[in-house]
Amino acid sequence: MEVPILKQGEFLIATFQAALSDQDLENLRRGLVQQVVKFRSRGVIVDVTAMDVMDSFASRTLREIAHMIRLRGAETVIVGIQPEVAFAMVQLGLTLEGVAAALDLEEGLAYLIEKFKNID
Amino acid sequence: MNQRGARVAIKSDQDIVAARQKGRALAAEIGFSAMDATLIATAISELARNIVAYARVGEIELRAIDGCSREGIVVIASDDGPGIRDVRQAMRDGFSTSGSLGLGLPGVRRLMDEFEIASEPGKGTRVVTKKWRQ
Repeated sequence: MEVPILKQGEFLIATFQAALSDQDLENLRRGLVQQVVKFRSRGVIVDVTAMDVMDSFASRTLREIAHMIRLRGAETVIVGIQPEVAFAMVQLGLTLEGVAAALDLEEGLAYLIEKFKNID
Repeated sequence: MNQRGARVAIKSDQDIVAARQKGRALAAEIGFSAMDATLIATAISELARNIVAYARVGEIELRAIDGCSREGIVVIASDDGPGIRDVRQAMRDGFSTSGSLGLGLPGVRRLMDEFEIASEPGKGTRVVTKKWRQ
């Protein structure tokens, strides 16, 4: 299953589907990093609203995506983690340390715009 | 006696997704809340992931359980893989022999209500875990 990556000005938006395999997540990681380079993007929003399970592999991949993108000088924000998913992650002991999170797409965009407002 | 349930062969990362989807569907059928169904699906995902990472092949069995006064779900993860040398150590937070995926077992125990593990080096591992409907 392909994760669509949308270009929105200097930001990229990747929208996760419900049933992503490990292979899909790895493809997404590669695709996102490539596109950040190609479009010289400043920020990436990863929308996980549709994700019904965030296990150790998925959260590790998200952390890796955020760190790789940070090394390009861009910023990642994860949006839409469902309350049940957040609860399960904490029970499982998973963290997204060092990765910004926001309630939804709108707040994620606001976060990135605020972050890069002073650079221009 | 009701025999609702499924067996899912675990051979690749695709099967991890199939197992947790079947588990979520069964949990919903039994009447678990959306919250509990997510916890169960997450536990199944980690158990199936352990199979792929350590044993390569195995099976996840899902069954509805009808106790006398309560209903629940049992998830059995079994494989004929290398087994775990020190189960006590594997149940400690942060322990892993395959890199950074070491949160699996203690995490699964926290997500579920009951947890049993039997493992023998060279013979495989069997995890039986249950959750009861509130």
